[in-house]
Amino acid sequence: MLEKDVILVENAIKEYYFNHFDLVNIPPKLTQREFGYQKINGGMIRHIAIRDSKDLHLLMMKETPSDVYCSNAYYSFPSMPMSEKDWKGADLIFDIDAKDLALSCRNDHSVFKCSSCHGTTLGKQSACPQCGSTKFEIVSVACKNCIGESKKEVKKLLKMLDQDLDIKNEETEVYFSGNEGFHIKAINNNYEMLGSQERSDLVDYLMFNGAMPETFGMKKQYNSKSTLPEMGEAGWKGRVATSLFGSKSKVPKVTRQIISDGYLAFQAKLDEVRQTMGVKVDPKVTMDIHRIFRLEGSMNSKSGLSKIQCKNLDDFDPFLDACLLGEEQVDIVANCPVVIKLKNKKYGPYANERDSVPKYAACVYDMQGIS
Amino acid sequence: MRPISSEIIPKHNQIFKSCKIKIDVLQPGIMDLAKYPFLAEAGEYLRDKGFNLEQLGHPDWEPLVEKAYGRIVVASSGQVYGSDMERLENPDMEILSFIVAVILLKAAGIHTLTRRFSLAEARRAERYLQQDLWSNKDKKNLELPLKIIQELFAVQVAVENEEFVIKVGDYLQRAVHFHEKEWKLVNRRVTRGLVYLTAHETVRLIRTELGQYINAKIQSITLPSIPDTFKARVQDLVQLATKFSDAVVVSSDYPPCVKHAIEVLEKGENLPHSGRFLLATYLLARGQTTDQIAPLFKNAPDYNERVTRYQLEHISGASGKGTKYQCPSCDKLRSENLCFAIPDCDGIINPIQFGKKRKN
Ligand code: SF4
Ligand SMILES: [Zn+2]
Ligand SMILES: [Zn+2]
Repeated sequence: MLEKDVILVENAIKEYYFNHFDLVNIPPKLTQREFGYQKINGGMIRHIAIRDSKDLHLLMMKETPSDVYCSNAYYSFPSMPMSEKDWKGADLIFDIDAKDLALSCRNDHSVFKCSSCHGTTLGKQSACPQCGSTKFEIVSVACKNCIGESKKEVKKLLKMLDQDLDIKNEETEVYFSGNEGFHIKAINNNYEMLGSQERSDLVDYLMFNGAMPETFGMKKQYNSKSTLPEMGEAGWKGRVATSLFGSKSKVPKVTRQIISDGYLAFQAKLDEVRQTMGVKVDPKVTMDIHRIFRLEGSMNSKSGLSKIQCKNLDDFDPFLDACLLGEEQVDIVANCPVVIKLKNKKYGPYANERDSVPKYAACVYDMQGIS
Repeated sequence: MRPISSEIIPKHNQIFKSCKIKIDVLQPGIMDLAKYPFLAEAGEYLRDKGFNLEQLGHPDWEPLVEKAYGRIVVASSGQVYGSDMERLENPDMEILSFIVAVILLKAAGIHTLTRRFSLAEARRAERYLQQDLWSNKDKKNLELPLKIIQELFAVQVAVENEEFVIKVGDYLQRAVHFHEKEWKLVNRRVTRGLVYLTAHETVRLIRTELGQYINAKIQSITLPSIPDTFKARVQDLVQLATKFSDAVVVSSDYPPCVKHAIEVLEKGENLPHSGRFLLATYLLARGQTTDQIAPLFKNAPDYNERVTRYQLEHISGASGKGTKYQCPSCDKLRSENLCFAIPDCDGIINPIQFGKKRKN
């Protein structure tokens, strides 16, 4: 980022923490968490303990970090090196990100950004069409469809957490990640003590990974004696039944078909169920019990949007609700072949063009590196 | 005689950390104590009946010392000491022989022996627990087995329509140590935060902890001076331990996948066939003999000496068509979830290459 852009962005963030500190979530067990932060163009500073919300606010105003992080784990000694922290438990976190959903819209809003000539091109490319360089970055800009599809996964997850795992909706908080997806945080003491391996198996359950045909009544031999699950059963049995039969009236016919198709075909069916009904979360995130996550309510310096709680998921529009930087007009030179819609106003496309835009829009261009 | 003290528990064990050890709410009967002699009440019971260590040193009690010794010998060979399930004819002897066995082990001071004994006793108790759960699933007499599980391991088990249910979290903390696919949560019936299990699965889930519990209790007792009549058997135990301790050379330069397989077996957990195959082929390739390798499998829940030897000889090429099997590749092991790679594994494609300095 250029010096003048750094100043613009830093001031905008400072102003944000001055005006919107109330949006910053002060997590329970604050003093037992590890905090970390980053400054623009700077490295990560970790292993910080925070005494109270004043302490946190002070740090944000003094250091103007571009990004602030907080552990989902609680420790006896959060500021010690990892091996001496003494892990005492961690909130359960799920990460749903549009980039993992294999959506067809992805290419339409991916911007190829050449690292040599800094030119931008729409869509994924293998080399820069302007200079032929193969060094590049792909920037994915604001897309409503991506957010909409991610929301569907969030709802699937919340329902399964409630019905299967008894993690009630009141015990979960949904946050827009500040990027292209959502973080779901569950605070339930039946799960906070689970280690990595346990969380990994829990994620496999939600994703429907590793299901055996035998679990759903299909036998390797003598499969005429198979007893398939019934519609309306709880948990995955019920979901599998719904997916297999569709409706009650089709049960006898479909059952005969499944049994004559045999074990391997059934396994393939389960794989289809996994793809359609399994929740698409990132297992690595849930498994990591020592990670620091973007602090809720803080700014995401890669997007210019805030990581903000979605109290009403259906109505939530990140390009309106999470777009919280200042309003006054500033001049920018932008280079982005895609139209970006923020707060119901369209910007671009720009080909190295000068324009006067609100500060929040300027920061989106600066932070995503398409200016 | 001091009852086995139960206050001291190893700090590093997470599962023990959260568990309350006081079991006096149980009020087990004498038959229960014969089944579960590791309960603190067993010691109290004997003390109340007026037994003391000095008295057990009298030559009249020699059969008891022999029974206790036998209990350890059976355990050390990887078998489960067979008290008659139905009859437990002389409950006092069952309890006493356990206590005397513990004293003998303590005096011999050999950890591997104590561990094997604890595991075998856990498996013995597991049988009774399963039987008690199963035969009482109509709830009449479930209190004791459920309380044992709850008080010792902080796992709450409820009964629902002849099935046993535990919380998902409690399940996961234990089931992740098993490697068979059927223990994955996705292959269980799960609803409202609960997992449904059979009596057998319920006790299987806590076997390791039960073994650790017994082991920890034995570690925690301080031994008074023992009667002279015990001393010969203590010597025999020291002798016995040398017999199998040199059989298996667990070397620190084994690759992590092999170490893992050995650990699983040592804990008495079930190692899938592919894991046994890895272990056998690896150790054979490293020059160990089937005689040296066979004892490794003794703790496996389904151990059968004859079958094990047959399989090892088959793998080594000494029987059958004489094909010698090769150690599976890292790729293969990875796909079987048996790989636990560490940085030292970089650049190798077969566990056999582990630790061998690569030139160029
Ligand atoms: S990389 Fe190979 S040697 Fe290392 S743990 Fe995995 S399977 Fe074993
Ligand atoms: Zn270029
Ligand atoms: Zn999209």
